[in-house]
Amino acid sequence: MTLIKTKVDRRSFLKTSALAGGGLMIGFAWGCSPAETVRPPASEWFDINAFLTIADNGEITIMSPNPEIGQNVKTSMPMIVAEELDASWEDVIVKQAPLDTKNYQRQVAGGSQSIRQGWQSLRMAGATARHLMVLTAAKEWGVDAASLKTENGYVVNGSEKRSYGELASKAAGIEVPAEVPLKDPKDFKIIGKSKKNVDLDEIVTGKPLFGIDYQKEGMVYAAVLRPQAFGTRLKTLDDTEARKVNGVIDVVRFTDHTSDADKARGEKVAVIATNTWAAIKGQRALKVTWEDSQHRESTPEHIAKLDAALKKADGKSERRNDGNINKAFAEADGVFEKSYEAPFLPHNTLEPMNFFADVTDEKVELMGPIQTPQWSLGTIAQLLGRDESEISIGMTRMGGGFGRRLYGDFVVEAAAISNKIRKPVKLQYTREDDMTAGIYRPSSKYRFKAAYKNGKVTGYHLTGAGIRMGGTTREHWFPAGGIENYRVDSHNIDSNITTGAWRAPVTNFLAVAEQSFFDELAEEMGIDAIQLRLDILEQAKSNPFGEPLDYEPEKMIGVIKLAADKGNWGKAPNGVSKGFSSYYSHNTYVAEVVDVVTENGQPRVSNITVAVDCGIVVNPDAAINQVQGGAVDGIGHAMYGDFGFENGTPQANNFDKFRLIRSKEAPSVDVHFVESLNSPTGLGEPSLPPAGGALANAIAAATGRRIYKIPFAKQDLAMG
Amino acid sequence: MANYTLTINGKQKTVEADPDTPMLWVLRDALDLKGTKYGCGIGQCGACTIHMNDNAVRSCQIPVSAIGESAITTIEGLSEKGDHPVQVAWKKHDVPQCGYCQAGQIMNAAALLKRNPNPSTDEIADATHGNICRCGTYNKIKAAVADAAAQ
Repeated sequence: MTLIKTKVDRRSFLKTSALAGGGLMIGFAWGCSPAETVRPPASEWFDINAFLTIADNGEITIMSPNPEIGQNVKTSMPMIVAEELDASWEDVIVKQAPLDTKNYQRQVAGGSQSIRQGWQSLRMAGATARHLMVLTAAKEWGVDAASLKTENGYVVNGSEKRSYGELASKAAGIEVPAEVPLKDPKDFKIIGKSKKNVDLDEIVTGKPLFGIDYQKEGMVYAAVLRPQAFGTRLKTLDDTEARKVNGVIDVVRFTDHTSDADKARGEKVAVIATNTWAAIKGQRALKVTWEDSQHRESTPEHIAKLDAALKKADGKSERRNDGNINKAFAEADGVFEKSYEAPFLPHNTLEPMNFFADVTDEKVELMGPIQTPQWSLGTIAQLLGRDESEISIGMTRMGGGFGRRLYGDFVVEAAAISNKIRKPVKLQYTREDDMTAGIYRPSSKYRFKAAYKNGKVTGYHLTGAGIRMGGTTREHWFPAGGIENYRVDSHNIDSNITTGAWRAPVTNFLAVAEQSFFDELAEEMGIDAIQLRLDILEQAKSNPFGEPLDYEPEKMIGVIKLAADKGNWGKAPNGVSKGFSSYYSHNTYVAEVVDVVTENGQPRVSNITVAVDCGIVVNPDAAINQVQGGAVDGIGHAMYGDFGFENGTPQANNFDKFRLIRSKEAPSVDVHFVESLNSPTGLGEPSLPPAGGALANAIAAATGRRIYKIPFAKQDLAMG
Repeated sequence: MANYTLTINGKQKTVEADPDTPMLWVLRDALDLKGTKYGCGIGQCGACTIHMNDNAVRSCQIPVSAIGESAITTIEGLSEKGDHPVQVAWKKHDVPQCGYCQAGQIMNAAALLKRNPNPSTDEIADATHGNICRCGTYNKIKAAVADAAAQ
């Protein structure tokens, strides 16, 4: 069985690429990498297709279509184009493409899908261009194209060769072939070899790359005051003191409602100033009163609702039901049940939300950090009553995403403010704004109940409940297919607190809970924690119960065995306790072994061993970085992630009250990839979900105490 | 508003600002030095780290009126060609993910190595503890600092 289906319509892609003629490509020039080459400067550039331009001096400009949030796509996506083009990576300059719905598909940074879903079209872009170079050279030499080879930016005919730079001007008249060959992955020269981040020089020297750095002539700055509690709206405003702040130009009330839910939050107040600090000072000097517009929710109430939901299972909540769980529970040797709880979480990208907007009668220009530019385009067209063709959206490098920048609420605010004041404006959130304005990982609870008989798990019932979460479960993933009597229920609880995708949505806590449960279940059954998982996976692989099965048990078995081997499972030295976890998400398989040691009577994570099957690893060093970061993120938020509400008011608003993992707490992370020639799958998220479960299991091994609630650091972790 | 003459990256610059304006915003908005980043505004994250007389300080916590004749160095002035040993090590290890915190991390590490050219593993972990990397590149940060120290 394969899960990987290409959604690329090759014919339509080729039609698009065939539209490209000669001439100068109007690219997105701001924040690009300057070429550091010794070659003569280019005098002509030729569009080969929407992804690439070749200059007469051999420089190849590759457009990176997707937003860069730190997941390395601005380097790894062009690597895929360059591979099939058979270019020399040293000749490549990468530019960030703007939103261009005609020429690119899915310009989204989300779901760890950029590489997986872009794989085929990026390869085709490179292969088509390569083939055009070959056809052009064949025509010039009067030889059969099939007799020619390409390497490092040249078409080669025995001892003769022509550079792509020389051929580009002549390639424009050549018809794009209906079919082009793709390389055998075994022949890849660029993919699979580590390439440095294309923005590396600019990052380490502090060049302007990010949304917060963007500026334009005549630009003013805005800070916005929003309702401080969910369920309230602006009642009265006194801006006298704010207007006295040096640099404050104006104070305006505005609305940016794009849904009925927004209306309950009423008006917002923007302080317009000549610089960021004046805008922030002005915002803080506003005197406002608020009034209730809706019920103001609190954390104890959320937990009570989640607990009540976990007791219910009916036709409405049922997501999957194989066999007969009630019979399994009745006939079991033992029944085991546990519940797990997680709070809301803010994303806390280190670059707080910001966006540039310039709304004039002629056009709407938007620029900044956004994971979903296309959503913003449609929403802003609607909000401002403008045609989409009048709106342009450019993407800057982003100081983190983690899902927060999937939501363009701040883009809408910037556009609404610029529309009102008719000036180019940079909206800047303070950290306090960023942590309290909304869009959180939903709080959730899970209840697991398992039946076992004769050393086998015979029944399994998972019930999930989340606050404004939508679906809370992954019912067709592990352990589906491996347990005969299997049921999953999911409950969604409505709320006026805004929520959204947070790195590895749903699974960022579901995995922690599930993998903690299986560890404790194995202990209860007297079976090794890994063996219990392998038994279930072997069943799912050889003779699965029910359907569908949206994961490949064999790949999961592969990473489990690799992690167990590399992580020395069962061979913990004195003073070290180990915990295990495995999880499939974003089409990628991950298993982790967490090592915990004791420090000042408390457990400390010393190392994590991670095994990953993500198919072909495009850019190995950067891939290791992603996996390390995801595991550290998973450990950090399991240990410290704590965010609640009192009467609708968020209970943390900056890093003195919300603890993020820091250097001393971050373990070393050993990463091992399964060697594979399969098409690549997701990598920005999959190492996060298993980390918290492996940590909980290691702490249990160290202390004898199980943890059922995040943040772990607030539970009793004292070593026995 | 008042005028302040500051020594930034070896050059004298005069700016007009309110006395309470944090150096962070003077650098970014008045002097167009965008490398120093805003993360929290309360001295908790380290994204705004600069050098004041060779010491690493949080520029969001220092008002322009407190600078006086102190020499200020920002990421833009750490080296002429981006070849300070810490920058070289950062490139060798390809440390950044999103990259937003890294100017602050580099400035912090450069000040550490000036003060303690041969830090132990524990000293590196201690000294880098004040700078948050939300992407979790701590493994690479610590390796790059150790590498820079060894140069």
